[in-house]
Amino acid sequence: MTTHGVLQITLFFVVLVALVKPLGWYMARVFEGKPAGLNRLLAPVERLIYRLCGVREDEEMNWQRYTVAMLLFSLVGLIVLYLQQRIQGFLPLNPQKLGAVSPDSSLNTAVSFTTNTNWQGYGGETTMSYLTQMLGLAVHNFVSAAAGIAILLALIRGFTRRSVEGLGNFWVDLTRSTLYVLLPLSFIFALILVAQGVPQTFGAYKTAKLLQPTSYDQAVLDQSGNPVLDEQGRPKREKVTVTEQSIAVGPAASQIAIKQLGTNGGGFFNANSAHPLENPTPLSNFLEMIAILLIPAALCYTFGLMVGDTKQGWAILAAMTVVLVMFTAGGYWAESAGNPMAAGAGVDQAAGNLQPGGNMEGKEVRFGIANSVIWAAATTAASNGSVNSMHDSYTPLGGLVPLLLMQFGEVIFGGVGSGLYGMLVFAIIAVFVAGLMVGRTPEYLGKKIEAYEMKMASLLILIMPITVLIFTAVAVVTDIGKASIFNPGAHGFSEVLYAFTSMGNNNGSAFGGLGANTPFYNLTGSFAMLVGRFWLAVPTLALAGSLAKKKRLPIGVGTLPTHTPLFVAWLIGVIVIVGALTFFPALALGPIAEHFK
Amino acid sequence: MSDSKKSRPLFDRAILHQAAVEAFRRLDPREQIRNPVMFVVEIGSILTTLLFVQALFGRGEMPAGYILAISIWLWFTVVFANFAEAVAEGRGKAQAAALKQSRRELSAKKLADPENRGKYTTVQASALRKGDVVLVEAGDDIPADGEVIFGVASVNESAITGESAPVIREPGDRCGVTGGTRVLSDWLVVRITSNPGEMFIDRMIAMVEGAKRQKTPNEIALNILLASLTIIFLLVCMTLLPFSIYSVTAAGQGSPVTVTVLVALLVCLIPTTIGGLLSAIRIAGMDRMVQANVIALSGQAVEAAGDVDVLLLDKTGTITLGNRQAAEFFPAKGVSAERLADAAQLASLADETPEGRSIVVLAKQRYKIRERQIHDLGATFVPFSAQTRMSGVNLPGGEQIRKGSGDAIGSWVKEHGGEIPPDVRTVTENIARKGGTPLVVADGVKVLGAIYLKDIVKGGIKERFLELRRAGIKTVMITGDNPLTAAAVAAEAGVDDFLAEATPETKLKLIREMQTGGRLVAMTGDGTNDAPALAQADVAVAMNTGTQAAKEAGNLVDLDSNPTKLIEIVEVGKQLLMTRGALTTFSISNDVAKYFAILPAAFVGVYPGLAAMNIMGLATPQSAVLSAVIFNALIIVALIPLCLKGIRYRPVGAASLFRRNLLVYGLGGMVVPFIGIKVIDLILVALGWA
Repeated sequence: MTTHGVLQITLFFVVLVALVKPLGWYMARVFEGKPAGLNRLLAPVERLIYRLCGVREDEEMNWQRYTVAMLLFSLVGLIVLYLQQRIQGFLPLNPQKLGAVSPDSSLNTAVSFTTNTNWQGYGGETTMSYLTQMLGLAVHNFVSAAAGIAILLALIRGFTRRSVEGLGNFWVDLTRSTLYVLLPLSFIFALILVAQGVPQTFGAYKTAKLLQPTSYDQAVLDQSGNPVLDEQGRPKREKVTVTEQSIAVGPAASQIAIKQLGTNGGGFFNANSAHPLENPTPLSNFLEMIAILLIPAALCYTFGLMVGDTKQGWAILAAMTVVLVMFTAGGYWAESAGNPMAAGAGVDQAAGNLQPGGNMEGKEVRFGIANSVIWAAATTAASNGSVNSMHDSYTPLGGLVPLLLMQFGEVIFGGVGSGLYGMLVFAIIAVFVAGLMVGRTPEYLGKKIEAYEMKMASLLILIMPITVLIFTAVAVVTDIGKASIFNPGAHGFSEVLYAFTSMGNNNGSAFGGLGANTPFYNLTGSFAMLVGRFWLAVPTLALAGSLAKKKRLPIGVGTLPTHTPLFVAWLIGVIVIVGALTFFPALALGPIAEHFK
Repeated sequence: MSDSKKSRPLFDRAILHQAAVEAFRRLDPREQIRNPVMFVVEIGSILTTLLFVQALFGRGEMPAGYILAISIWLWFTVVFANFAEAVAEGRGKAQAAALKQSRRELSAKKLADPENRGKYTTVQASALRKGDVVLVEAGDDIPADGEVIFGVASVNESAITGESAPVIREPGDRCGVTGGTRVLSDWLVVRITSNPGEMFIDRMIAMVEGAKRQKTPNEIALNILLASLTIIFLLVCMTLLPFSIYSVTAAGQGSPVTVTVLVALLVCLIPTTIGGLLSAIRIAGMDRMVQANVIALSGQAVEAAGDVDVLLLDKTGTITLGNRQAAEFFPAKGVSAERLADAAQLASLADETPEGRSIVVLAKQRYKIRERQIHDLGATFVPFSAQTRMSGVNLPGGEQIRKGSGDAIGSWVKEHGGEIPPDVRTVTENIARKGGTPLVVADGVKVLGAIYLKDIVKGGIKERFLELRRAGIKTVMITGDNPLTAAAVAAEAGVDDFLAEATPETKLKLIREMQTGGRLVAMTGDGTNDAPALAQADVAVAMNTGTQAAKEAGNLVDLDSNPTKLIEIVEVGKQLLMTRGALTTFSISNDVAKYFAILPAAFVGVYPGLAAMNIMGLATPQSAVLSAVIFNALIIVALIPLCLKGIRYRPVGAASLFRRNLLVYGLGGMVVPFIGIKVIDLILVALGWA
């Protein structure tokens, strides 16, 4: 660990927290339909959208209608995206003449982007046409994030409204989040990225002459891709000399901006944010890291404003931040300490003027350990999933950090909207047990937490472990699952666990080392992603509906305060204990076993 | 209240013995299925028993003796939970039986012929049935609820209404009389309208029985959480088998985790501590209510009592003593204070009401006027009667001294050709304004002055209200007095607010307003006119001596008819919830240590490095698993006393209660099992069973 690294981590969190209040205030104005600065420009557009779509702005929806609207919207989006990938060969803006994506991969990708997961079984530059990237994937980057915000808004209204059925209008919430929040932020951010050197072009891939031609051996393959055997029955090999390099470009900046801001994480290029054209400079790296957490963090303040007590919002943000700081620090420590095997072999892993020290395997030299670890923690805490280093190459404990952050249910910042509503459900559970301890029927923000609320909250904490654990179990005992595990031992187990944790929590980052683009992983993964998103969204909306119908109780001395440091600590305790108790045995057989080897 | 409130020892031999038998009888799966957590434990016990049989007769997955040991302790886990429930239930039943015996028995003068009140038979009140007719004379208690068919009498209903002034009961509109009240003057013939004697005991026993079956709302919500935690852990343990099979292949050594160890892990992880004690906590909570002489008509009411944030308290009887006391003499112009005090004392010598006694005492204290014997004076006492509404004394010298309300004395003086002088009238108005009751004293036609009868605020009540305020509960005083008087008493008693000139309508309106604002309101009531407000309140405590309508409208009945009981009821309600919350926290915190005991034990063969996780240094993998299971079973027994007594409630506000309970049960729950499991492991080693 270096002073420089610690300073960078500190700077990151200071800048993040400083941005919370202005953006949070702006979003609250937008979501409450009050003027917020961009109205003169965007209000006519907003009205036009409503008129074109036949949306009545003031029409209230009860939770069932809100849910149906959200589900239908996602379903149509999913089908369109699937079809678009299947027929992209016939569509324009495809300079590389990329053909149709395979059915299972198309399904997986369609599900992945609709659910705000952005798990990528494919490599962007070799699979997706510009049109698919822009009109398919990028559009979903916006609307899946906006749908997350809409669900959150419904839940917040559940807390603020009293004795009513209506939770707002899904179409209005969706439109406002996209138009006033995601689009302007992405627009500004894309321009900054272009200034930093990220390409934004419809032109074909560039070709560069290599300064030093490279030669290598490769197996000769026949038409169907099988190795050609020589007379002795051994695979035939041939020498290849490469003199040119094809450099993938495209309309990247616009998509990278929203992939970070909308906690999507699906890279334009396969190497994601480790790719120099996605993330060219230390400044772009810093801003992209901020962008991962920006909206989830600011929404906490928005929440506080909307429920009429900003302390409540700060408390939630404090709980999130404390966990993330602890895990970032832990990861930084583990990665800086380096590889114990290498240390045993007498390798100098200390940081110095000539080397960054620690475990640099799988990390960009441009970013170093501190910035790789912040990214790894932020991207898994938020359900972003973009990466600027390879998590698979982390030390066992360093790799445990992103894994566990996801296993907390993506509530430490979490996805745009979805992270906060997940966190509020944890707050409800924390309040329930704590409320009993002070001798009153538990209440949160003046709403009583009763059997129905506990039923929905229990569903929310129950569903994610079910999908993650069961699919991992199936994968590690069936041949079809085991065939894709390239690394032996505990590490191979971690890879499978990571893959399903990532999909089941709508994160989308990959540990790597797992051949996940197979029908088995594509289909089980699609299922896990759908469950992880919609089986959580529906109970959340049901919860919102039930809360809205209740009276709002006045806060007094007898009410458990939910903004104190003690409650924050308790909330963290509940999240960590539920997450850790659920996954500890699995982790013991993965990263922990690997660490103690 | 104090004599009927028996403090029963926490454990009684007979109860324990019976509970032990019950604990085994309730192993019946049909009994267990109502409790999802313990049902899972029972299934696990059956499974390990079968594994033991398999090991005994064939190839077992582990040594038969070891599986047996695990299995036995799993069975004990279920038995201990059953035992806790049976003990709580036994205590409740014993309490009900004791109350049945100690119930006050009234006697009644039963008339064979309602027209002929000369001929009656004395019977026990409990022998009376609906439709019987009884005679009640001055000084008698009314044996049961009924209605007056003949006679006019003044009745002291302060025991029920808290109002010190006697009320007139006669056939017609004011015919309802209540059991337990006392006739002060004249006589009444009453037709009994209820079958007394059985009702409350029946309710009480029904409540104790019902406590076993009927879950309270918060308990249902908690059960949902516990059930889903159970499902999660079931899943964790089930998927651990494939994980371990893969790990064995991957590591190339060791053997997969056994079903016995998985079942042990499962039982240790699911919240058995709270799951096993949940119904015992509920029954014990209801039992504490019974011990406070309060009958809850539903478990929901007990729980709601903990949530109350506004208490509506009647002034008289709750905040002030039921009887007023003389505080001051105000002589009329031209009359000396001694003369007034002397006359007032004479008029009160034979007046045995507390007000009368207080006049005698005040005269003695202020003016050294010694108490005299009415016989020695040769005077005749004129008792209070419903017709005259005055009392007094006729002296041998022909003086007729009377005291009574301004109106009563006014008409008496008028009858004798006089009138109340204006200065006395002003004084009486001032007294009323200050919150007191004025009595006017007259000697024949001459009005001597007024006596100031003052409301006496109960000792310690102010501190009680302060405590309530700290606990976040608002107190509102309800009184029929005018606003000025009410404000004076409210300030003295330290209540947060008051409702003056209260009528049944304004009471109801106040409750509705508060409920609209989201508050939970508790009140006590007794009269029929309280019934609408009682029905509206969230927690409504009816006095046992109250009218039938009031009792039907309330959801709790106070056998002692003590309005101050409301405060205790709130505490019992809070204790019930707190005990649940604390034990849930404790139960879940326990899991951390159990992981550190069982996981290294289960997988050290596959990944030897995991031995580093055995931070307790448990002797062998076998002893580690067994110690965790034994700890898990014994902790249930260890917590029975706590769940019977309930966690102590302190009126300190939610924030500090939370801090304290989190420290004790959260942090304690984390630490205790580390120590407990280690100790059990050491004992197993010492016994050579490790």
